[in-house]
Amino acid sequence: MANHNHAAPAPVGGSLVNALTLTCGVLIALMVAILMVRFLFGLGSVTALNDGYPWGIWVVVDVVIGSAFACGGFSVAMLVYIFNKGEYHPLVRPALLASLFGYTLAGAGVIFDLGRPWNVWHMFNPWSINLNSVMFEVAVCISLYIIVMWIEFSPVILEQQGKLELKKKVGRAMFFIIALGTLLPMMHQSSLGTLLVVLGVQIHPLWQTPIQPALYLLSAITMGYAVVLFESCLTSTAYRRKIEGHLLTPLAKIMLGFLAVYLVIRIADLVVRGALPRAFVPSIEALCFWIEMLSFIVPLILIGAEDNRRNPARLFLAGVLLMLGGAMLRLNGFLIGYETIVGDSGGFSYFPTLAEVLVTAGMFALEVLGYIIITRRFPVLPREAATH
Amino acid sequence: MGNLNEFFDTGRNALDDVERRLDMPRREFLQFCATVAATLGLPAGAEAAVAQAVEAAKRPSVIWLHFQECTGCSESLLRAEHPTLEKLILDVISLDYHETLMAAAGHQAEAARKAAMKANKGKYVLVVEGAIPTKANGIYCKIGGQTAIDLLKECAADAAAVIAIGSCASWGGMPSTIPSISGADSSPTGSEGVAKILGKDVMTIPGCPPNPYNFLAAVVHFLTFGKLPELDKLGRPKFAYSRLIHENCERRAHFDAGRFAMEFGDSGHRQGYCLYKLGCKGPETYANCSTLGFGDAGENNWPVGCGHPCIGCTEKGVGFTKPIHQVAKMLNVTPPLQYPRIVEEQGKAASFASAAAVAAVAGAAAGAAVMLTRNLGLSHAAEEAERAKSAAKQSDDKAGA
Repeated sequence: MANHNHAAPAPVGGSLVNALTLTCGVLIALMVAILMVRFLFGLGSVTALNDGYPWGIWVVVDVVIGSAFACGGFSVAMLVYIFNKGEYHPLVRPALLASLFGYTLAGAGVIFDLGRPWNVWHMFNPWSINLNSVMFEVAVCISLYIIVMWIEFSPVILEQQGKLELKKKVGRAMFFIIALGTLLPMMHQSSLGTLLVVLGVQIHPLWQTPIQPALYLLSAITMGYAVVLFESCLTSTAYRRKIEGHLLTPLAKIMLGFLAVYLVIRIADLVVRGALPRAFVPSIEALCFWIEMLSFIVPLILIGAEDNRRNPARLFLAGVLLMLGGAMLRLNGFLIGYETIVGDSGGFSYFPTLAEVLVTAGMFALEVLGYIIITRRFPVLPREAATH
Repeated sequence: MGNLNEFFDTGRNALDDVERRLDMPRREFLQFCATVAATLGLPAGAEAAVAQAVEAAKRPSVIWLHFQECTGCSESLLRAEHPTLEKLILDVISLDYHETLMAAAGHQAEAARKAAMKANKGKYVLVVEGAIPTKANGIYCKIGGQTAIDLLKECAADAAAVIAIGSCASWGGMPSTIPSISGADSSPTGSEGVAKILGKDVMTIPGCPPNPYNFLAAVVHFLTFGKLPELDKLGRPKFAYSRLIHENCERRAHFDAGRFAMEFGDSGHRQGYCLYKLGCKGPETYANCSTLGFGDAGENNWPVGCGHPCIGCTEKGVGFTKPIHQVAKMLNVTPPLQYPRIVEEQGKAASFASAAAVAAVAGAAAGAAVMLTRNLGLSHAAEEAERAKSAAKQSDDKAGA
């Protein structure tokens, strides 16, 4: 890693007030207003949740999908620090920043959805914990990971504050923190899949498999790289910077490796379990299954060739499709392919209310706004050479 | 369980004896012993000890006194539908004096009592059924010329254990009820329970009548372990009287859901709703009525089971004291005035606003992605073109050079 000389990260600078940040501000204000209603009058006053569907988009989108989108930091850190691919180092800070927001908000998002949020501290009370619970594992890993990520990201803040002595001290423990930061997301991303295993026959056969944890972990890593492609193309465009093609092209190749393993396991599992015919029965589940599968398969065609991987448009589209695929995998398992009573809806149905959609939109707006503010004011993105 | 094996190896003959004596198949006998052990809350394996104690048939002498009562306790014991219960109770004990059951009469009967007391001095069990009148020196109840007070004191003096069966013997029960006339401060005969007369704690099996199995289990405990079971502060055996009837009531779910019978015969009453508002005393009465079927006629043959509120007969200060339809005092949870709705929300299909919001978000995201892809593609094409041009220029320059 020391062999690689990269431009040091530096704040992008520029105004914080523009159309995008103002839009984000409005969405966040709406979210805060709705959450006030939610905490004053309860979940029932703003959500469409019911006894058949106790989990809505606040859990599935904000937490399950949101934390998977936030795997960029973990995926890149794993590549750079575990597999010692130092050339990708400039991607670590921006990816980590996106993850930091994704996870912190996922952690906060859980609180919105808890029926009795004031009991949330129980999971840290050694006398209350249930060591056999998947939810406990997810909750503890996510909350620990949030802390770990803030420590991982702290050099950025310390640098900006000029506290270099402290930064050095933190740096000495960083190898341990980074190891934890790789282990924890692997644990809870796979456990999110275990939640579906626990739900058992309530899940549609297309997603009801004991290897769901492996699928969730592999897709989360793949999505992590996809998010990096997405985010890198987006920042380059928005900040009018040069696209980091020399990094993104080989990164995309690594991503395709994970994607191929994922697809082999996914399809083999469907065939072995004999669930594949269900994908050809006309139903909303089958439709969503094909959207999910095509989102995973099309990127292989889009950027399969080395030449195509140099085209940022294709990289960006592949990234977006993989994010969509991973999101659909989670949405399908937890909501679309979920049945209240086996083989029957039991009369229950769920579709998010406007308020729920606005809160989820507000969460994403908060991430975007935070990302903009921090990249403009803190040393996250590599300094642009004057020649560009 | 080693105990049990030993029992089976060496106790074969004894079991045969029991079979003959009780006219009860061996299997049924062992089942009975297990049931009694379970009723007593004894640990696994204790049924062997119980069986051994019963089949050994030491037949302790029992003297059974009747005072101010209706003989309901004896009746319920004898009328138990279990085919051999009365046989068993009469077989495992030597009932030397029981006014209702004994064949002897007059001086002969009193002589039998005195003989039994003399022969089993300090070893016999005294069972008392009925309250003891204390007003006017107890002249309201006399047997063989002796007042109930004297008789009780005489018999209790040399007894190994004293058991008060029924609410009357336990604290005075129904005879001790103070009439609702002005100035009355005690019952007309001043009825009292056994403990008050003897001035010491005795085991009480209150109930009107008590479940015969509670009495039987207590006796078997005495036979098996040589002492009475653990008692609460009112002298009731804890195995039977440590829980409120309400705690395990078969109608409890209705109470928790706020479904009450409001009057006899209304729709709630006919659907088996909770009888709390009809004055059921289950919430303030300690007894195992809700967990142990009365007699052997099957479950539901107790007041609450057949639609009448509990009157609290095992609880001093409740039974025969509070009006039957007065609402009970809740000892643990008082029902709220309002209950949450028990309507289950099923969720609605997408509303126009929410569907539009989802579509708008999806559309905006898709549109943005498409635009960005197009721009990236265009700039890439431009860059490639420029590179091609500069490459061509370089080669031109080279060619020129």
